[in-house]
This record gives sequence, C-alpha cells and structure tokens, in this order.
Amino acid sequence: MMDATLTQAEIIFKGIAAAPGIAVGPVYLYSKVVPEVNARAIAPDDVPAEIERLRNANARAEKELRKIHAFAEQKLGSTSATIFEAQIMILGDTILMGTIERRIADELQNAEFIVHDEISKYKHLMLAATDEYMHERAHDVDDVMNRIIRNIQDQKLISRLEGTSVIVSETLTPADTVIFSRNQVLGYATDLGGVTSHAALLSRSLKIPAVVGLRNATKQVKTGDSVAIDGYAGVLILNPSATTRENLEVKAARFRAFEEKLADIAGLPAETIDRKRVELSSNLEFPEEIEFAKVQGTEGVGLFRTESQLIGRPDYPSEDEQALVYTQIANAAYPHPVIFRTFDVGGDKLAPDTHHEENPFLGWRGIRVLLDRPEIFMNQLRAIIRASARRNVRVMFPMVATLEEVQKAKAYVRQAKEELRARGVPFDARIKIGVMIEIPGAAIMAEQLAAEVHFLSIGTNDLVQYMMAVDRGNDSVAALYQPFNPAVVRILHHIIEAAHRRHVWVGVCGEMGGDPLATVLLVGLGIDELSVVPPVLPEIKKIIRSIKYKDARRVADKVLGMTRERDIREYLSSIIKNKVPEIPLEV
Amino acid sequence: MIERTVIIVNKAGLHTRPAAAIVKTASRYKADFTIKKGVFEINGKSIIGVMTLAAEQGSSLLLVFSGPDEEQAAEAMVELFEQGFGEN
Repeated sequence: MMDATLTQAEIIFKGIAAAPGIAVGPVYLYSKVVPEVNARAIAPDDVPAEIERLRNANARAEKELRKIHAFAEQKLGSTSATIFEAQIMILGDTILMGTIERRIADELQNAEFIVHDEISKYKHLMLAATDEYMHERAHDVDDVMNRIIRNIQDQKLISRLEGTSVIVSETLTPADTVIFSRNQVLGYATDLGGVTSHAALLSRSLKIPAVVGLRNATKQVKTGDSVAIDGYAGVLILNPSATTRENLEVKAARFRAFEEKLADIAGLPAETIDRKRVELSSNLEFPEEIEFAKVQGTEGVGLFRTESQLIGRPDYPSEDEQALVYTQIANAAYPHPVIFRTFDVGGDKLAPDTHHEENPFLGWRGIRVLLDRPEIFMNQLRAIIRASARRNVRVMFPMVATLEEVQKAKAYVRQAKEELRARGVPFDARIKIGVMIEIPGAAIMAEQLAAEVHFLSIGTNDLVQYMMAVDRGNDSVAALYQPFNPAVVRILHHIIEAAHRRHVWVGVCGEMGGDPLATVLLVGLGIDELSVVPPVLPEIKKIIRSIKYKDARRVADKVLGMTRERDIREYLSSIIKNKVPEIPLEV
Repeated sequence: MIERTVIIVNKAGLHTRPAAAIVKTASRYKADFTIKKGVFEINGKSIIGVMTLAAEQGSSLLLVFSGPDEEQAAEAMVELFEQGFGEN
C-alpha cells in the first residue's frame, strides 16, 4: 500500500484576495455546530436544579453576546451590531423564559429539550413567511437558541479549535469572525463572500490573511488537512508541496520587507520625480475604514460606496440616518474631499426591494433605479448635501448611460438644495458633481458628459466587463476579462483626453487604479486621480514617486500602439521591474 | 377588556426596532396584552412573539388589553402605533 501523504497532489483553489498575508497550517473545517438535543425525563425534585441550569446558561449566553456586541460595534459599526442587540433581547424575554420554565416543571423534561421545542415554534413561523427578511430573523432566533442550548450543555464555543489553524468555512458571520479572532487563527478561507463582506473587512483590520469566494473549498478539504492561504493572490492551496511552501515564504518575506520600507512614504505627496501631482485617494465601503486609510496616507475618499448603508436592513435609511453617517465620514476626512456615490443597487448588489431580472447587469441598476424612485434619491441627495457644510463633499452618479440622465439627476440636486435652503440648513452651494464612466456608451460620449459636470471617475471593472462582453465571474470566459486589452487602453485614452478638453479632472476608481501594473500607464495617459483600496496606497504611491511623467507619457504612447493584451502586460511588467524593482508584481 | 385596531404606518413595517418599542411600552403596564393578526395571536409582552409578526406598512392589527390599567395601556400603545414608532 502506498503512503497517502506522499501521493497527495497539490490542489489550487482560486478565490478572491480579501486580506493580505500568507498562512500555512492545518485546516479547521468550521460548520455551524448544531448541538444535539435529546429529551430526558427529570424527577419532580430535580425541577428547581433544572431551572437553575437554564438561568445560568442564559446568563452566560448573554455575557457572550454582550462581548460580541461590543466588539462588533467597535469594528463594524452600530448598524451591523443591531443583530446582536435583538438576540440579547430574546434572552431577556420574560414571557418566553417563563413559558419554558413552566413547561420544564409541568412536563418534567430537561431544559434543553424544552428550549429547543419552544423556540423552534417561533423559528418555524418565521420560516413559513414569504418575506426574506423574516427568514433572516429565523436565522438569528436559531442562533440564539443554539447559544442557550450549548450553554445548558456546558460546552465552550470552540472546544474543538485547538492550536493554530486555518479556518475553512462556507461563510463566516460577524459573530464567528469576532470569536475566532480571539483565538489562534492563522487565516480564513470561505466558499462565499466578496472583498467587501464583513468577514473580509474584519480580517483586514485584524491583519489576518483571508481568501473568500472559493466556491466549494469546504467540500474538498477536511479538518487537519495541510493548506496554505495566499492572501495576496487570492488562492487556497491544499497539500502545498515543499517548493510551494518555500516560494510562499519568500513571497511573504518580500512583501513584509516592502511594507516596512513603505511605512515612511505615507506622509509624502503622490507626485512623479518631475513633479506631476496625482491625487491618491481611497475606495471605502464602511465609515470605520477611514482610519486605516488615513494611516496608509490617503488624500481623501475617491469613492464611498453608500450601498453599505443598506446591509442588514429591510428598508432604505432615512435622510437623518444617512446625513449622520455622511457627516461623520466628511469630518473624518476633512480637509480632504469625500466623493459619495449615490446608491448603486441592482446588478450584483443588494436592493431592499428585490425583484428578479433575466439580465441584471444590463438591467435596472444605478442611476436608473434612482431616477425611477425620486423619493429614495432625494432623501439621499439631501443627506449628502447636508454633510457638505465644510466644502469637502462631492457627489457622484453610478451607471450613467445618457446625457439626459445626468441632466435629470442634476435637476434633483438643484431641488434638494432649494429644499435645504428653505429649511435653513447650511451646505456647500457649489458642491461638485461627477459621473462614473462605466458604460461604453457613456465613455464614447465622455466629452459631452464632461461638459455637464465637475469630474469623471472611470469604473474600470464594469467598463471592461461591458466592453469585452464578459462576465468575470463566469469561468469559461473569465480569461477575456482583460483590463489591459488594447481596446480598453484606447477608450481610457479617449475618456481622459475628452475630460481635459472640457477642463474637468478625471480619475479611476475601479480595481485597475490599484493594480501596480497599470500605474505607469494611467499616469502616462494623464489621469488626475487614482482611488484605490487602502492596503495598496503606499505601493501605488511608491511607483508614482519612482517615475518621471515624461517617461510615463512615452510608455503610454508605446502601449497605445500595441495590439495584443499579452504584449502590453509584458511591456508594463518590464517597466516596473526596471524602474521600481522592489514592487512585488502579481503576474 | 379593551380592543383597538391599528394600522402599521411606518415604511419599514414591524421590524426589530418597533418590536422592541412595543414590548417595552407593554411591560410598563400590568394589563395583559395580546396582538392578533388574522389567525395569529401572540403575547405583546414577548419580543420573540412580536418578532414573528410579519406586518408590513398598511397592515392592520387587533390589540387586546385586559387588566386593571388596560385603558392607560391601550392609550399608550395606540399612540406608539399611530406615531409610526417614531420612525417616519
């Protein structure tokens, strides 16, 4: 018989890089542990002791939840923390607990059986509702029920997590992430989730490497398996060979050394050797992220995704609620500007009033939704404008396809200002307005759109997807998702020239802006602003500070003459290796 | 015993926050408090019970109060519903 450990081949799972770093270690396959509940008869004399067990378990469960709540509030913000508040209230529900205690005494059965039986009734009522929001609530109720039962059975939460492990899970709830982070966790890998999921956000702030969106990794690994996580490239490697481990070690060391070297660059401006200034700002999703972005040396927020305000709630937040959040961000960024992008719902993003579309990416999303729902749009515009009193707030419209949409949206801005003026609320009367360029039709009309606004921001993810007619999530065609395709380079050139002819500035807020391979090209094409995810800020700034604008222009000219994506990538990669050899490229 | 019919006026319906407000208000009174919606009937002093009511904007509920301070309880509760739980 062959030794299995010698024959296990390396298997690579491709996911999405969610938090940087390398982790190598044994897997802990985490699935929600559902405690086993058996009915057990108790003697009438044992009733007081059984009720005591229940009450103690309740108290412990509450203590656990209060800790999680406090931590979540600090790391994720109060909106997301509301989930835990509701769970704490259920533990304090005197009617529910009274019924459970009475049933223990009347039916002479063990506490966990009665808890399970009684709370399951409510759970099933919620699951029977057609409303998706009720199903989520059922989840919360289930969670709190298992928490009580586990405490009655006197089990510790992660009794089986011993030593240091890489957590592999279908998905991680905020509570899971919070609890695991207090243990020896090397890294996270999940089947579901995106870069912006709560687990991803949390692992970034906790500096734990994470890869998400691995689809079916949990089906292919088991607890104890040896894995490596590459949080830079976004891959999970099962049974990594000695060579792979060595390569990853080298890579990790290179990144760490580079990060240390970059620490002092945060306070320096993003300008080329020959003094061409580029505004380098951050893409943010949650208000809490801004502190990290500032440490990384951000010059403002080039894209605040307001959709994060919709997570975990059944409705759109009120004007007041939104104004509070937007003002908080504007103040935190001051004196640097913040660009608030109005709700971009539809497509792959959540919309409170969910409806099905055959082709959501070509459907009702972005500005199309807002213009059809003036009430939601006006609430948000007033909230954003209210945050502008210190004159560092800008507003931007997503998914613009036509000139008429921009004109209509601007009319709503005027109306919102008039209403606020009538209310006597202070705001920036000359608040700057911009549009996202992410639809090829809008890209072609960039000059006419630029004439209507103060700035353009290129959303490269969607622009590339629409230009190449490729769904990047579809494995069969994903290779055609080519940000460096000559067609894309030409359209970028066209947009930037068009904006400059109208004397408006133009930025990139898509992933391409944060790709080190694209920096020289974008600067050379004349881009005015790059808005990137905070972790890559120092790296991109390092590249800008290592080149001459004069040379970058020549690079851009040469790239514009090329006809194959592969040639462009190879050429740009050789430029980086030559000019900024310490940049660890991911090619 | 007092019965009152109320309509949910706030946009988001009976989600977690209003549910908590209902339970808090009800617990200030001695009177028993039952909420009926169609065939459903739940104890209005229980948060988990109120959370199971899928009541969207515009839906109507029957509130039943019974106890020594039922009148005050009914008055306070109807006001809470009419004000949309302070949400709109």
